[in-house]
Order: sequence, then C-alpha cells, then structure tokens
Amino acid sequence: MRRLRPAGVGLLSLPATIYFLLLFAVPLAVLLAESLHDRSGWTLAHYTRFFTTPYNWGVVGRTLRVAVLCTLFCTLLGYPAAFALARTRSLLQSALIAALLLPLSVSVIVKAFGWTVLLRGNGVVNQALQALGLTDAPLRLLFTEAGLLIGITNIFLPFMVLPLFAVVRQLDPRLTEAAATLGSTPLHGFLTVTLRLTLPGLIAGITLVFSLSIAAYVIPTLLIGDTYQTLPTLIATSFLYLQDPGKGSVAGVTLLVLSLATIIASAALSRRFTGRGR
Amino acid sequence: MRRIGLALAWTMLTLSVVFLLAPLAVTIAVSLSPSPVFELPRDELSLIWYRQIGALDGLLPSVLLSLEVAAIATAVSLVLGTLAAIAVVRGRFPGREAITTFLVSPLMLPGLVLGIALLQYFRSLGLREALPTLLLAHVLVVLPYVMRTLTGGLSLFDFTLLDAARTLGLSWPRAVLQVMVPVLAPSFLTGGLFGFLSSVDNYPVSIFLTDVYHKTLPIQLLQYIGESPDPTIAAVSTLMIGLTVLVLILGERLVGLDRMAGV
Repeated sequence: MRRLRPAGVGLLSLPATIYFLLLFAVPLAVLLAESLHDRSGWTLAHYTRFFTTPYNWGVVGRTLRVAVLCTLFCTLLGYPAAFALARTRSLLQSALIAALLLPLSVSVIVKAFGWTVLLRGNGVVNQALQALGLTDAPLRLLFTEAGLLIGITNIFLPFMVLPLFAVVRQLDPRLTEAAATLGSTPLHGFLTVTLRLTLPGLIAGITLVFSLSIAAYVIPTLLIGDTYQTLPTLIATSFLYLQDPGKGSVAGVTLLVLSLATIIASAALSRRFTGRGR
Repeated sequence: MRRIGLALAWTMLTLSVVFLLAPLAVTIAVSLSPSPVFELPRDELSLIWYRQIGALDGLLPSVLLSLEVAAIATAVSLVLGTLAAIAVVRGRFPGREAITTFLVSPLMLPGLVLGIALLQYFRSLGLREALPTLLLAHVLVVLPYVMRTLTGGLSLFDFTLLDAARTLGLSWPRAVLQVMVPVLAPSFLTGGLFGFLSSVDNYPVSIFLTDVYHKTLPIQLLQYIGESPDPTIAAVSTLMIGLTVLVLILGERLVGLDRMAGV
C-alpha cells in the first residue's frame, strides 16, 4: 500500500484541522478574551457585573433546574422504554426505531410549533383533560414552566432511549436468571446485575440530554417566552436586542463551562463505573 | 415483580412513542383542517392552507438560501471530513484521538455559544456579509456528522482489499474507485444527509449571522410563528415532516435504521 502509507497519510487531516483551528478554536478564544476585556484593557468587570446581579443567578438556576428536571423525566420514561424496545421482535422493533428517529430528525421548530398548538387553552391537551373530567376549566399550559418541561422532554427523549437501547439489547437475560438462581432477590439482582451493566448507556444518555437541554434555545423561546429567561435566551437577547456583548460573552462562557463540566464529569463517571473510558 | 417490571417497561415505551409523535401528528392534522384557529379536522379535509403557502412573504428566498448554504457547506465538509477521517483511521501519528474529538466537538457544545463567538470574530475581522459568514459557519455544523460516520465506516474497511485489487492488476485509481468507494458510499451518504439536514435546521448559529435580507428557513419560520401564527405554518411544517420521512427512507435503504440510530 504505497499511496496510503501510515506516515504521510496523517497530513490529510491538516485541511480540516486548520479550518477548525481558525474558525472554531480561535473564535471561542476570542469570545473568552472578549469577556475579560473592555475599553480600558483586561478586566474582570464583566464577570463581577454579571455575578453580582441576583437576576443572573436566577437565570443560571432556572437553566440548571429545567435541565435537571428534563433529564429526570427522560430517564424515567426512557430507561424502562429501552428494555421494552429491546424485547420486541424485528419488524415491530424497526417500526418503533423509526418512530424514535422521525421526531429526532424533524426540525425542532416544527416540533415546538406542534406543542404551541397542543398546549393552547382550547388545544388538544386541554380538550382531552376536560373530556376525561380531570379539569373543569382549561389549564394554562403554554407560557408556563410545565409547558416548557413537556416540550423540552419531548425534544430530547430520543437521545436517552437510543444509547440505552444500544446497551440493553446486548444484555444477556440469563444473567438475571443466574442471579435469581443464586438466591438474589429481584431488586438486588436488578441493582447488582442489570443496572450495573446498563450504566454506560445510562451515563451516555444523561450526558447527552443534560448538555443539550442546558443549551436549548428554540423551545424556551416559543413555549415560555421572555419572562422566563434561561442562559441561552439571555445570551441571545444580550447580543440581538441589548447590544451588550460584555454581558452576553460572560453568559456564553458560563454556558460553555457548564457543558464542558458535564462532558468531563461524564467521562470520569463512565471510567469509574466501567473501568474504561468511552 | 418481574411481570410488574415488564408491564412498566411496555407502558413507558407506549407512552414515549405517543408522546414523541404527538406534536408531528397534531401539526399534520391542523394543516388539513379548514378551520383558521388550529382545530383538528372534524368533517372535511381541506388543502386551503397549502395553497396559502405561496402567499407567505419571504418563504421561497429563505428556502433557497438554506438549501444553498447547506449544499455548499456539505460539499466542503465531505471533502475535508473524508480526508481527515482517512488520516485518523489509517495514520499512525500521535494526537489522532485528539483530532477526532476536536473535529466532532461542535456536536457536544452549545450552538449558541459558537454563534456569538463567530459573530464577534467575524466583526473583528471586518467580515459583515451574511452569505460568506453563514457558509464558513455551517461547515462547522456539518463536518462533525461526516467525520463521525466516516471514521465509523472506515474503521470497518479492510484496507488490504486495496492491495488485493492492485495485485489483481487494477490501477491505483481504479482500485480505490471500484473497491473502496462502494464500501464507503453508505457512510459517506448518511454523514452527508444528516449533516445537510442539521444545516438546513440550524437556528442557534445562523441567528447571529443573518440580516434582514438573508434569512435562513428556520429563522423565517420562527418569525412567522412569532408574528402571525396561522395554519399555513402547519402546512409548511407538514411538508418539512414529509421531506424528513423521505430522507429517512433513503437512509434506511442505504445503511439501515439501526446504523442511523447509532445502535
């Protein structure tokens, strides 16, 4: 194999790497520099201004709260669902995977629009609730935290189910049977065998859903509006309406640090629990 | 206990599927209803909102702009991404894993942060025109998909097949063309398709680079929803759902649903 010699072939990665250095790494460095800089020179003023404003702490808190709840709901729905999906026969399984892939691939704006229709006062959700006798008057869902959580869980649920399914389908059902034969209670068997073996998929799913949901922008914009700001909506308003790049840069760096911390924590966790990196 | 567990698993799976498909189903239903206030069709179906699409101000230019940006960004990404993927899979040099991580990392980082970083960067360079900045930025959106699927595909490819083809008398270009290209075509096409879709769908990066005259489709759509939501938006959305279904069918034919789902 003369032409694809291992020594020279590495050079083929240069164009993409240089492109990403110039248009990805350097811009992020510029953003960091911008957050530490004003007209008079290097300064921490943007950071002190940002973090001494109680409102901004509220924004950070809300961003984390929504992400944690979204991750929790996705786990509660997705973990059992992955087990059922792994047990289905091939044809039904393909149909169900298609049912997960289609919403995943459809534009987030289309899905968000669908939820604004579903959640309105005279919308389908309220009609169903009233028909079932669960409520007399229409509930206010759109522009509430409940509506936001429904929408955001909906957007990111496939990112929980798919990595879990990849792990669960490789699980040998005889392992739990063996645990039972050896006198383990079902709960103990689940905790020591099943949960432990599916942990890599669970960590992958939680990491994906959490880091995607702290960065969600379209869903909060359409389903809850400006009265409930999260870090992404704060970043957008700082740049697009307030023309306050200092504030926006600090919020951007904060969001970046949060998502990097998530990724690093997840890598450390999966190394700790599985004995190997991902 | 075991039975309760299974019942729970099935309930959650059913709930998940209904929940996931609900916003798509309601969008399609509303687009077919003659009512102007987002009602499900009762007695009759109507295509009136599809006829209204033509009257939407600025829709066609935004669709064309999005397609143009996505097509060019995907073409550039396929070239750069294929070269880089060959390099990291075939090469034996330090830092291969770091390069792979670097080139897929935009997938894991908040798009909005990349958007404002590029906004400030382009401004500091004096580059303010929408089209070139969108094109430069969207390569960062598309390339990670190409890189991810191609490194997967290439690591399964047996490079000694190329030597075998050479031994059997094929010239070098013919060996690559007849042996390597057909095997890698599926990952190439899926990476390209998903990258293309994510570029057409991108909001958080584009929003900082567009101007009044250059709006991509997601930005135009979000503006319609904010300004005057009527079932015409549902009709446009339904067409987009249809397009996604087509892409998925194509992907299923090429590589199968399992590999597209990454499982």
